Amino acid sequence: MRSFASAHDIHVPVGRKLWLVSWPLVILLCITVAVGIAMLYSAGSGKWDPWAGRQLMRFGVCLAVALAVAVTDIRFWLRYAYWIYFGAVILLAGVEAAGSIGMGAQRWINLGIFQLQPSELMKIALILGLARYFNGRSAEEVARPVYLIVPTAMILAPAALVMKQPDLGTAVMLAISGAAIFFVAGVRLWQFGVVIGAALAAAPFAWHFLRGYQKQRILTFLDPESDPLGTGYHIIQSKIALGSGGIFGKGFLQGTQSHLNFLPEKQTDFIFTMLAEEFGLIGSLALIGLFVLIVIYGIAISLRIQNQFGRLLAFGVSATFFFYLFINVSMVMGLIPVVGVPLPLVSHGGTAMLAVMIGFGLVMSANIHRDVRIGRQGAYDDS
Amino acid sequence: MYRDNTRSKVFTRRALILGGGKLALLTLLAGRLYQLQVLESDQYALQAEENRVSVRLLPPPRGRIFDRNGAELAVNRENYRVLLVPEQTNDVEGTLDAVAQLLSNGDAIDRKRILRDVRRQRSFMPVLVRENLPWDDVARLEEQAFDLPGVMIDVGQSRDYLFGPSLAHVIGYVAQVSEAEQGDDPLLALPGFRIGKAGVEKVYDEALRGRAGSSQLEVNAVGRVIRELKRTEGQPGSDIAMTVDLDLQKLAVDRVSKHIAASAVTIDVDTGDVLAMASWPAFEPVAFNQGLTGEQWRTLIGDPLSPLTNKAIGGVYAPGSTFKVAVALASLDGGIDPEMRVFCKGWTALGNAVFHCWKKHGHGSLAMVDAIEQSCDCYFYEVARRIGIDKIAQMANKLGLGLTAGIDIPGEKPGLIPTRKWKKDTIGVAWQPGESLVAGIGQGYVLATPLQLAVMAARVASGGRAVVPKLVRRPTPVTRSSEPQEPLFSDTGINQAHLRIVFEGMRRVANSPRGTAYRARITEKGMEMCGKSGTSQVRRITASERDASGGVRKREVPWKELEHALFIGFAPVERPRYAAAVVIEHGGGGSAVAAPIVRDLLLEAQHIEQRRGSGDKVARLDAHSG
Repeated sequence: MRSFASAHDIHVPVGRKLWLVSWPLVILLCITVAVGIAMLYSAGSGKWDPWAGRQLMRFGVCLAVALAVAVTDIRFWLRYAYWIYFGAVILLAGVEAAGSIGMGAQRWINLGIFQLQPSELMKIALILGLARYFNGRSAEEVARPVYLIVPTAMILAPAALVMKQPDLGTAVMLAISGAAIFFVAGVRLWQFGVVIGAALAAAPFAWHFLRGYQKQRILTFLDPESDPLGTGYHIIQSKIALGSGGIFGKGFLQGTQSHLNFLPEKQTDFIFTMLAEEFGLIGSLALIGLFVLIVIYGIAISLRIQNQFGRLLAFGVSATFFFYLFINVSMVMGLIPVVGVPLPLVSHGGTAMLAVMIGFGLVMSANIHRDVRIGRQGAYDDS
Repeated sequence: MYRDNTRSKVFTRRALILGGGKLALLTLLAGRLYQLQVLESDQYALQAEENRVSVRLLPPPRGRIFDRNGAELAVNRENYRVLLVPEQTNDVEGTLDAVAQLLSNGDAIDRKRILRDVRRQRSFMPVLVRENLPWDDVARLEEQAFDLPGVMIDVGQSRDYLFGPSLAHVIGYVAQVSEAEQGDDPLLALPGFRIGKAGVEKVYDEALRGRAGSSQLEVNAVGRVIRELKRTEGQPGSDIAMTVDLDLQKLAVDRVSKHIAASAVTIDVDTGDVLAMASWPAFEPVAFNQGLTGEQWRTLIGDPLSPLTNKAIGGVYAPGSTFKVAVALASLDGGIDPEMRVFCKGWTALGNAVFHCWKKHGHGSLAMVDAIEQSCDCYFYEVARRIGIDKIAQMANKLGLGLTAGIDIPGEKPGLIPTRKWKKDTIGVAWQPGESLVAGIGQGYVLATPLQLAVMAARVASGGRAVVPKLVRRPTPVTRSSEPQEPLFSDTGINQAHLRIVFEGMRRVANSPRGTAYRARITEKGMEMCGKSGTSQVRRITASERDASGGVRKREVPWKELEHALFIGFAPVERPRYAAAVVIEHGGGGSAVAAPIVRDLLLEAQHIEQRRGSGDKVARLDAHSG
C-alpha cells in the first residue's frame, strides 16, 4: 500500500519534499509570528528595538530550521529520538548544576548569539522520546501498567529538573503534554484515574516542595486583591488591561496599561494582554482563532499519518502548542495562577520559538512521511 | 498489521476526544474574554484611567498684602532652588561636591538629608539640594549646568515679608500645614504648602489662599509624568489691603523698639482703621515660613519678653491713671457734680487703710477737670468710693474695656473690668470698698490691653461713638470728604456734656502747664492733642520706700519692678481724628516715657494726612482692591 502523495522513501529528493511541506501551516505560523512582531513593535513603543527586530531575525532562522527538520526523513527522528531526549535532559541538568554553582536560579545556557533555554527544548524532546517509546509498544502492552513505568519516568525526570529551577509553568506543561500522549497512545482511562487520584493525594506534600513565591502565586491567584501591590499586582493589572480594551481595543500603540508599564512582562508572558488591550475582544478572538486553526491543522495531519510514531509526534506537538496557548491565556485572564508560560510564537524569546518551530518542523516531517511504515521495533523496519 | 490498526483506531478516537476537549477549553477562554472585555469592560476602563491619570494640584499664588496706600507688605518672592535628579548623574556625591563649590555658602548643604532622600525616592524624582538661593548662585549654577548633569534649578514661590519684624504681629506669618489643620481643601495636603498661622495671614487665609488649579497628568507605573492631559487654572488668592499706614507703622516700631518691651496703637477715630500697631520685641516672620529649628522655637517660646505675643492686643496691663477717663465719665453719669471739689492732702483714708496720691504733699482742692489734668489720685478715690465699682465697670465697658475690641486678628485678650458679681463668682469673696478706690485709679484688678485703651480714647474723641478697630479694609472703601457724613459707628449713649468735661480735662493734660504731659504737648498750631497719662504699679510700694525719699522711684529698682508707663491721646483737639495708646512695660512714668511717643504718632498721622490728601489716598486704595 503505497501512496505517491507522500514521500515514503528516504531517497526522495529534497526539492520534491519541500513541495510536500504543508505550506498552509507555514503560512498560519508566519501570520501568528507577524502578529507577535507587531505586538513587540508596540511593546517597544513603536520601535523595532529592542524586541520586534530581533524576533523577526530569529523567526527567519527558526523557519529555516523548521523546514530543514520537515524535509528530514521521519525515521531519522525516530532513530535519534532517545538521543535527543537524553541530550535535552543532560542540558537541563547542566543548567541546574551551573545554577547551583553560580548565583541562584538559572534557566539558560549562554551561547553567545542567544541564550538557550533547555527547558523549552525539553518540551519537544519529551514528545519525541514518548512517541518513540509508544511506537514500540503494542496496544496490549500499553494496557499493562508495567509498561507505563518507563514513560512516566521520562516525564517526571525532566519535570523534576525544571521544577528545581524553579519553573512551575514548564513542569506543568511537560506533565500535561506527556499525559496527552499517554491518552492518545491508548493508556487505559482507569490508569489516568489512578494517576490523578495519586496526584491529588500528593498535592499537600508537593506544597512543601514549592518555593515561597510559588506558594504565594497560588495563594494570590485564589485572592488577587489580597495583595494588590505585590504578587497580585500582575493579575490585577492584566485584568484591567484586558477589560479596558473592550470590544474594539484602544488601538495599535495606544494601550495605556502596557505603554505606561502598568502591565508587567508585556513583551513575554503578558503579550496576549497587550494585544487584547490594543485590539479588544475582536483582536484577541482573532488570535485565538489563529491558534485554533493551527491546532486543528496539527490534529488533522496526525489523523492521516500511517505510523504510530508520526501520529504521536504530530499530535503531541499540536497538543503542546495548545497547552502553551491555554495556560498563557488563562494565566493573563486570571483563570489560573501566574506560572510563567509564554505565548508560543508571539512572546519574545528565542528558545521557545525555536522549540515550537522545530516541533512544527517535526509535524511537517511526519506529514511528508506519513505513509512511511515504521515497525514497532524501530526505524527502517519496512515490513 | 492488525495490532497497528487497533492503535490507529484508538488514536483517532482519542485524538478527536482530546481535540473536542481543547475546543471546549477554548470556549471557556472566549467566555472569559467576553466577561472581561464586554461585561466588565467599563469597570476596567475606569481602573485603567485611574492608573494612568494622576491629578496634581496647582497651588495658586497667595494674595499679597498691602498697606492702606498700596505699599507692598507681604509678597511672594521667587524662590530659586537647586534640585538633583539622581538618575541623570552617575556620581551623586561628586555632583553635590561640584554644586557646593558653586554656592556662596556651600558648606550649608545638608548632605545627610540629601543622600537619604536620594535613597528613598525613585531615581527620577528630583531631590531638593538647597532652596532660597541668592541670584549670584543661580547665575553660577546656570553657567555650569552643562557640566552638571542632573542638576536643575527650579523656581517656587515663598512668602516674603518686606518689613519683617515691624509688621510680624499684625500680618502674622505662614508656615507648613500641621496634621490638625488638614481640612477639606486638597491644597492643604500638598507637600510644602503654607497657610497663615497668625495675624491677618491666618484670619484671611482662605481669601489669600485662592483656589487650586489642577493638572491632569499621564503617568506611568512608577509615577513618571509622560504628558499633561488637561489643565484647569485655579484662582489666585485675593490681595488684601490693610488699614495700616506703613510710614506711621515704621515710626511706631522705631519708637517702641527703643524700649525693652513696649507696644503702641494708632487708630482712625472715624473709621476704626488701625493705622499703626507695634509690639516689641518682635520676631522674624520669614523664619516660620522656612521652618524653625526646635532650638529656635524654644528660644522664642522661652523668651520672658514673649516676642511672639502681640502686646498691643494680647498684653494686659493695669491701665493706671488712663482709666480715670472711664472713672470720670462714670462719676458724671452717676450724678457727681463736675464742679464738686475734693481736697487732696496727699493721701486719703478708708477705715484703717491709707490710700496715697502720687503727689506726696497733695494737690489741694480740685474739681473734676483739674483732677484729670493733674491726675489726682485722691479725687478719683473719692468719686470711685461714691459711685462704686459697678458703675465704673458699666462705663468702662461702654468705652470698650473689659471685652475684646473685635479686631480682625487672633490673640486679642479681653482684659478685666471687675464688678461685685465678678469677684464673688470668681474669687468667692465679697467686694471690699477699698477695692473700688484702687480701681478708681486703674489699679487692682483692672486690666486692659493697649488696643482697648486706644479704643477708649477714640470713643471719647468721637463723641461717644462705639468705635471698633480693624486691620483690614472692608470691600467698600470709606471715603473721607470735608462734608459731614453718617458716622460708621453707633452711639454708646454717653452723655455729650459729660464727654466735653472729660475732653477738656484731657486737653489740659497735654496743653496746660499744670497738665501731667505738658512737656510732651504738640506745639504745632491746629494739631494739638488731648491725652491722659498713666503709671501703673506692678508691685506694692512699701511704706518704708515711700518714706525714704520724696520720690518713690529709685534708680536701683530692678527693671522688672518698675512701673508700666502708659499714655493715651487723640488729636487734633478741634476735630479729633486720630487716637493712640502706648504702653511701655516697666518704662517708668507715663507722661515722661509714653506721652512723647503718643505725641509723635498723632503728629505724624496728621502730617501724613496733610502730605497725602484724602482723595489721593482713596484712588490708590482702589487700585489694589481688584
